[in-house]
This record gives sequence, C-alpha cells and structure tokens, in this order.
Amino acid sequence: MDNVIVVSLLVLGGIAALAAVILYVISKKFKVEEDPRIDQVADLLPGANCGGCGYAGCRNFAEGCVKDLNGKFCTAGGSDVMAKIAEVLGGEVSAPDPKVAVVRCGGSTACRPKTNKYEGAATCAIVASTYGGETGCAFGCIGLGDCVAVCKFGALSIDEATGLPKVNEEKCTACGACASACPKMVIELRKKALKFRKVYVSCVNKDKGPIAKKACSNACIGCGKCVKACNFEAIKLENNLAYIDSSLCKMCRKCVEQCPTGALKEENFPPRKPKDEAAPQLNAASGADKVNINPPQAQQAPMADNKNNQSNEQ
Amino acid sequence: MSNLLTISPSPHAKGKDTVQNLMWSVILALVPAFLFSLYMFGIGALVTTLVSVGFCMLFEWIVTKIFLHEQHHLRDGSAILTGILLAFNLPSNISPFIVMVGAAVAIGVAKMSFGGLGMNLFNPALVGRVFLLISFPTQMTSWPVPIESRLQYLDAVTGATPMSHDMLGKADIMDMLFGMTGGSLGEVAAIALILGGVYLLWRRIITWHIPVSIIATVAIFSLIVWLVTGDAGHNPVYQLIGGGLMLGAIFMATDYVTSPMSSKGKLIYGVGIGVLTVLIRFWASYPEGMSFAILLMNAVTPLINKKFKPTRFGESK
Amino acid sequence: MELKTFSMGGVHPADKKLSAGSPIQAFPVPAQVTIPCAMHIGAPAEIVVAKGDKVKVGTLIAKANGFVSANIHSSVSGTVFKIEPVADASGYTKMAVVINVEGDEWEETIDRTPDINANVDAYSPEEIINLVHEAGVVGMGGATFPTKVKLSIPLEKKAEAVLINAVECEPYLTADHRVLLEKADEMLIGTRLLMKAVKVERAYVGIEQNKMDAIEKLTALCASKYPDITIVPLKLRYPQGSEKHLIKAIMGKEVPSGRLPIDVGAVVDNAGTAVAVYEAVMKKKPLIERVVTVTGDSVKNPSNFMVRIGTPIQALIEAVGGLPEDTGKIISGGPMMGKAITRTDIPVAKGTSGVLMLPESLAHRGPLANCIRCGKCVDACPMGLEPYLLAIYGKNKNFEESEANHVTDCIECGCCVFSCPSNRPILDFVRFGKQNVMKIIRARSAKK
Repeated sequence: MDNVIVVSLLVLGGIAALAAVILYVISKKFKVEEDPRIDQVADLLPGANCGGCGYAGCRNFAEGCVKDLNGKFCTAGGSDVMAKIAEVLGGEVSAPDPKVAVVRCGGSTACRPKTNKYEGAATCAIVASTYGGETGCAFGCIGLGDCVAVCKFGALSIDEATGLPKVNEEKCTACGACASACPKMVIELRKKALKFRKVYVSCVNKDKGPIAKKACSNACIGCGKCVKACNFEAIKLENNLAYIDSSLCKMCRKCVEQCPTGALKEENFPPRKPKDEAAPQLNAASGADKVNINPPQAQQAPMADNKNNQSNEQ
Repeated sequence: MSNLLTISPSPHAKGKDTVQNLMWSVILALVPAFLFSLYMFGIGALVTTLVSVGFCMLFEWIVTKIFLHEQHHLRDGSAILTGILLAFNLPSNISPFIVMVGAAVAIGVAKMSFGGLGMNLFNPALVGRVFLLISFPTQMTSWPVPIESRLQYLDAVTGATPMSHDMLGKADIMDMLFGMTGGSLGEVAAIALILGGVYLLWRRIITWHIPVSIIATVAIFSLIVWLVTGDAGHNPVYQLIGGGLMLGAIFMATDYVTSPMSSKGKLIYGVGIGVLTVLIRFWASYPEGMSFAILLMNAVTPLINKKFKPTRFGESK
Repeated sequence: MELKTFSMGGVHPADKKLSAGSPIQAFPVPAQVTIPCAMHIGAPAEIVVAKGDKVKVGTLIAKANGFVSANIHSSVSGTVFKIEPVADASGYTKMAVVINVEGDEWEETIDRTPDINANVDAYSPEEIINLVHEAGVVGMGGATFPTKVKLSIPLEKKAEAVLINAVECEPYLTADHRVLLEKADEMLIGTRLLMKAVKVERAYVGIEQNKMDAIEKLTALCASKYPDITIVPLKLRYPQGSEKHLIKAIMGKEVPSGRLPIDVGAVVDNAGTAVAVYEAVMKKKPLIERVVTVTGDSVKNPSNFMVRIGTPIQALIEAVGGLPEDTGKIISGGPMMGKAITRTDIPVAKGTSGVLMLPESLAHRGPLANCIRCGKCVDACPMGLEPYLLAIYGKNKNFEESEANHVTDCIECGCCVFSCPSNRPILDFVRFGKQNVMKIIRARSAKK
C-alpha cells in the first residue's frame, strides 16, 4: 500500500512540477510588454464598453488615454472618472458640456393613432427599412425599443402608456448608443441643464403642417410661432420643423406657451404659477417631478386613458 | 374599415409545416413500432411508454413554468416525442423510478438546461438512455423474452439480446426482422421502424441522407470485417436489423436539432455514426454502440455545420 | 416529356390563379392620377413639367436622370395639379406629379390602331434601344429595372439568347398569362425586337405548365410564324421566375455569384416588357399603362385590367366588387415577393403586377417558435445559402459574417420563410443584413 502512495505522489508531483516549469517558461517567453498604466486606467473606467468615447471598448479607450490624454473623455464615467485618470497619467482633461439623451417624439399612442399593424421581425431598424411605421407619421418613434436594447446603463425603457421610450436622466451617461441605434434619429444628445430641465421640440416630422397634424395631434406643424417668441434666436424652422439649439436656449419657456400643438415641451421645471389670462395652463396636479405634457390641444385628441389627461381646467 | 391593415415584409404566404405537426407526424411514424412492442412485451411496453411520456411532460412543465416562468410548449409534442423515444430505448420490464430518472435527465439536463427546444446540443432521449445505461447497467441490459412475458411487467422472464456477441449468428433473421427477439422496447421490430421511416420520407419530414448513409456505412464496414474475420457475429445482415440500428438511424440520428443542416453535412454525419457504431459494437465493451455513436456525432454537428456548407447557386457546373 | 426546371431548392406554394379566365378589361381613366417619379430601380426621374401645365397622354413629364433611370410619361390628358411628395406603399413620401384628368387626348405621334406591325427589319439595334429608352420601358415583372440598361451590352460581353420570362411563378397573379393569350403576336414581335437589339438569333419563352392554354397557343404560333423563338414549358416550381433560375432552367447555366445574366450570355425580359418594347418601337407608345391582376380569396370578381399608370389602387378595388369584409392585408404584387401596402390611395406604378387582398385568415404569420434547426430553409433556398445562419448574423448585426456567408446572393424570394415550421422572420433579418452589407460594399468601393 505504502508503495502505491509513494509512487502516485511521485508521479503526480512530477507532472505538477513539469507543468509548472512549462507554464513558467511559456509565460516568460511569450510575455507581451504592456504599459502597466493601461491596466490602471482600465480599472478606473466603468467597464460597460458602451462606445460613447468613440473607442470599441473601455480597454481600447484606456490605451488611447495612455498614448495621449488630450481630448479624451469618458461620457459614461463623467468628470470624476476623468479626474482620477488624469491623476494616474498626469495632465489635464477638458470636460465637454455634459449631455443627456432626449427623445424627440411626442407621438404617444393616444395622439398618434395607428393606421396599420406591423408583423415581422420586431426591431425598429427592420421596420424602418421597409415601412414608415405603424402610424401615419413616417418620421416618429417606432416604439420597438432598439434604443432600449442597446442601452448598457438601463436608462431607457418603453413607457407602456405612451408607447415611447423614456429616459431615466439619472442613469443616462450620454454615451450616444441609443441615438445611433435609432433608425429614425429621434433621440438626440442635448445639453444637460440644472435638475435636468429642458425645453425642446418633441417632434421630427418634416411633413407639411396639415399632413403632420393629421398623423399626430402632437406634431410640429411648422407654424413658426415659437421662432417669433424666442428672444435668443435659439429656434430654427427648417422643412416645416422647428428645432431648438440647446446651446443657445436660455430656458425662458416663452416658446412653449406659443406652441399650438404641444410639440414644444418643457420638462422637470417647477410648476408654473397659473396666470389669469388664457395662457396655456399648466397644472400642478401632475407634480413637480412629473413631466408637464399638457398642451391644450393634446386633450382634444382621441384619448383613451391617458394619465396626463386630468388637466381640464379650460 | 374597422380593422387595420396588416403590414409585414414579404413573403406573405406560408407552407403547411409547423413545429407541432412535424413532431406529431414523427410520433405517428412511431406508432407501428409501438404496436409491435405492445404485441411483444404487452403490459410492460405500455406502462413504460406511458410513464416515460408522462414524466417527460411533467419535467418540461416544471422547468418552463416554475423555473423559467414561461408559457409551456407541451402542445408542440416535442416532450412527448422525447418520452416515446426514451421509452423505446429501455427494456419493457424496467422500474418506473428508473424511467423517471431517465426522463429527468433527458428533459431537465439534456434539453431545458441548454435553453429548451432547438437549443440542445445532444439528443435528449439518448442522453437519458446513456445516463441510465451507465447508472443502472444490470437493469438496462436484461431484456424480457418477447411474447412469453406479455402479461408480466417487472417480474418478466429475461433473456439476452441477440446483440451480445455469442448470441449473434444463432438468431433467426426473420425473427429479428419481425421483432421476435429480445431487446429494448421499440427497437425490436426492424420492419415496423422501416415502415415509419418510409412515412417520414414520403411526408418529407426527414431526408434520405442520414438513414441511408448510416445503414450503408454499417453494411459496408461490417461486411469488410465479416469477410476478413469470418466471424458469424459480424454478419452485416444481423448488424443492420439487430439492436437499435434502425431506431437510431431513422428516428434518433435524424432529430432536427442535433443533426447537421446541409445535405453534405448529413452524409458526413451519417457515415460518422455508422463507423462509430461498428467500432463500438465489435471492439468495445458494450454490445450496442448506436447511442454512443449518435451522441458523439451530435457533439461534432456544429463543426460539420461550419465546415460543410451547401453548394451555392453558381458554384456547381 | 421531361419538363425543365432549376436544380436546387424551391417551394410549391398553392397556385390560386383565380383570375386566369378573366380577359383583360380596359380600366376607365380615373379623375386624377398620381405618377411617382421613382417607379424604377435607379435614380428618380427629373420632373420637366410645372404646376398648371397642360399634358396629353404620352407627354414626357419626367426625364431619366443618369444611366440607370427611366423616362416617365403622362398616362392621361389634363392639367398638372401639383408636384409634391406623396406617401407611397411604405408610408414614406416620394416626389410625384398629380394630374387632373380632362378628356382623353393622346400625343399625335402615338399609333393607336390595333394593326400588328411585324416589320422588325425597319429598325437598327441602336434605334430600338433608343426608342425603348424614350418610352421609359422598365422590367414589368416587378423589379422595374430599366430595359434600356439591360439591352446596352458592354462591348466585351456577348449575348447568346434572349429569354422571355413568362413564368409568373407567383401565386394569384395572372397578368402575364392573359398577355400571352391576348397579345401573343405583340409579345413575339417584341421578342424579335429584343433579339435584334442584342444581336442574337435565338429566343426562348419560359412558361410554367399551369398555363397549358398559353403554351399550346404560342407553340403553334411560333411553329408557323416565329421559328426562331422556342416555347419552353417548365415544371411548376417557385421561384422559377427569378432571372437566374430561369436561365438555369432553360439554358442549364448558372450565373456565378455577383455576376449578371449577360455574363453567361443571357438577356432576360418579362413577357409584359416584350409587349411594352413592341409598343414603344412599332407604335411609338410610351409605357403609360399596364396589366394589373386584382384578386384575392374573397374578392367577388377577380379580374385583369389594363390600367393607366397613376390610377389609385382604391379604384381597382372598387371595380372588382369592393374591399371584402374579411380583408386583413393588401399586397401590391404577389404573395411571395409583393409588398403589403399601408393604404389604398397609392397609385399603380410601372411595377405593379397585381393587387391582392388577403383575407384575415391568411394575413398573419403563424405563432413564433424556437428555431428547431430542421434545415428546411437550407433545403428550400434556391441560392444554396444558409438562411437560418444569415438570419442570426443579421439579427446580431454581424455584417462581416453575413458578407462572408454570401448574403448578397440572396434573391429575397421568401422560400426560407415559406418553409419554416417555426414561423421565424428569417428573411426580415437576412434582408436587413443584405441591405447593410450592400451599404458597406458601396462605401468600400467609393473609398477606392
């Protein structure tokens, strides 16, 4: 018996020793020399490989940073992460304006009635390559969630009530994956303001006013009232569509009051004080943190059970 | 118009095949063999099949409903088919507890843990069968004597299979063709299995490539060995109609999920199974090699799919 | 007799040629037509009329814009009402000319007599090609490839035979069938013009055996009057009407991957195109009308109409007894390759071979199941591709692998989806992959 144990110990030990030697030799011989700082930087990064920086993945970005930090910015990690990276590598980081993804389509199921039923592969990209969509609007959100699928931070979800994607601003890192995944280019990265306040045109329909209006009661009809209302020349009207430049907008919200269809939206502002005259009322009922999408026209649309439909103070 | 027009990319026409009717057609093709085994093994055949099908369905239901919280797919018939095929690979006098273990392995391990229908790498019924063969070698290799033991179940009189080497060459070919020999429940009657195979070919549910290449390979390979050794047990006729060859070639190896896609790939796969079967039967410690051969080739199927692409239009002359 | 067919893949959809017995009826001119500027493959035509202009039947309203493009003519006489983007079958808007109809006055150059003019020798190949170009003739089978481009054969290549595609392998459609029966002489003279244009001595007309009356009539006609044209009866099988598969069936040659029919010496044109060529050359009549099959399982009177381009599809539907109650899907074209349309106010275009109203029971894809890797799509693929694999690559946006697995060979015939027992949207993903790979290839060649 003893003999067996000794022999097996020797044999197994021998194999182990041999394997160790082979491993050691190979690891020495084929070692790839690498800047240790790449690992350090890579460890600091969020590791989501979102591609927001323009590199294929976080490690590639780290390599890029080690080569030259100038102009590099990790949108997902933000300036905190970049500060730490700068500490490791030395040098300065220039932070671009923080941004956040905004869904520029207000065509909820209630105000944009379906004209067709789509069947087939359920991705927005495929629908967009064969059809304009299930509604009369060939520009707006398709609602099958290609953007949700690509978001690595769980910041997007399809709102069941509206059928549109909803951005969780806290989680959004502005990596831009959703914006490039959207075949209709509905999602835009816009300047992030205090408390995620934003004023934007929630429509990308370039059809003429009556056609756009017929397809969606929330559409921009290109009337130009907002352009006149804006004192900062932040709004441009092109192809029957208004667009607010977020770098010029001062968030005065005058334009929002002018919009006849409710395509212009203000979000995350404290509720406005009700005015005496017939200015568009904005109810406090929906709460300060809620999105105020209560344009007067929206209520005339055939609404089923829209939760935002409680503001009938006219 | 009240209804909205449906829009979808082309085509807008659809053939008659559905997963459900494909599975049920295979089940239908197994009916002759089942009737034969009822005649041969009586109560035992019925009980074992029912137990196997029942547990397969139960385990599938448990996994989909309780573990995965999904809609169950029992109606597509794939669990039933796995149950029947598993039962066909068992002796008719086997304990229902062993069948249950086999069903659990087949459905739980071999099928559902890979992601359910269409995702499994190995044929579930065969994984169940091989698991039982290794775990319960005695029970799995003592087959009841046909006809005599019709009214007995667990206490059936057992005898050796003609596939054990010393028995081969003594059995009568007509007996083997018509199932008058011992063996697993569904594999005994070669003629009934061939009948089912013809039906499947006629309905275009399977193509000829896999069964024909397996049968041809086994025939040629064993003929060569037989001519060289002169051993009566290597007679290709016995090799073809004995044991699980017909069941394997027609029903198990042609399983959609675990067999290659292209015609070329199917031929390679069939030849591989044939060669491995003969090798295991003649020179390994098990008298029957079909199950192992199929499982080994299942493992190679992804590689075959990658390597043997169909001939493209414009490539051939 | 051993009937010819192609070698691999293919399926057998139910025939359902409901309107085969209905003669072509001239469809009344509507009150207003909408003529899109992109009715062909290639660059959209450039509009040469303005709002308020008076036009006659046959007046040029849009000029071919580049080599792969086609002229467009007014199909009615009247006044240009507006020129603006109009939503098409997909819901996207495309530039179109809307004309209000006033009377029915034709351009004087057009010969409207029914006389058959068989004097092919009066025209040189260049003249024929030029007249075909002037008339804006495009492939009438549905692909709408400008015919002039097909006939302009590069110097280094040589045609051997003209193949006339009268297969009509799509279920339901009977437009070509009726053309063969009612315009046999025109079709065969058009074929001779095509032969002359590409300088060949032989032509073959491929017809599937479900059109026995047409096969018999044309065979007799060819034997007596057109000995240089052979009628080839073909076995019933989809997609025999695909250009490449028709060449394989008739000439026994396979067009290699990424090559054109002319590379194996074939020039393939649709039977309807041959008639259009005849009219363009002999009658100086531009392509302003076409035969459209209006059919469906529940349609009261499935019919074949001679329709002016630009007529709203809604008018055709009303003419066959209105939209059936149970309609679930309307398809422009056949059920295998046609496009489900979003609305009925869209116009008939040069490539509209049929309007098919599918009842609700046939309008939907079956319930989706897991892929069971049965390989039926692989067996059915007439191009010898692996649709299941291409679908996975398409879904995962793995376009490198899609390209390596020859996604660009796909002819989008739909055999894979037709044969799939799990109702998987295979072609949706394959087509997506193909579109993207094409984009990548174009970008790559633009870079070079």
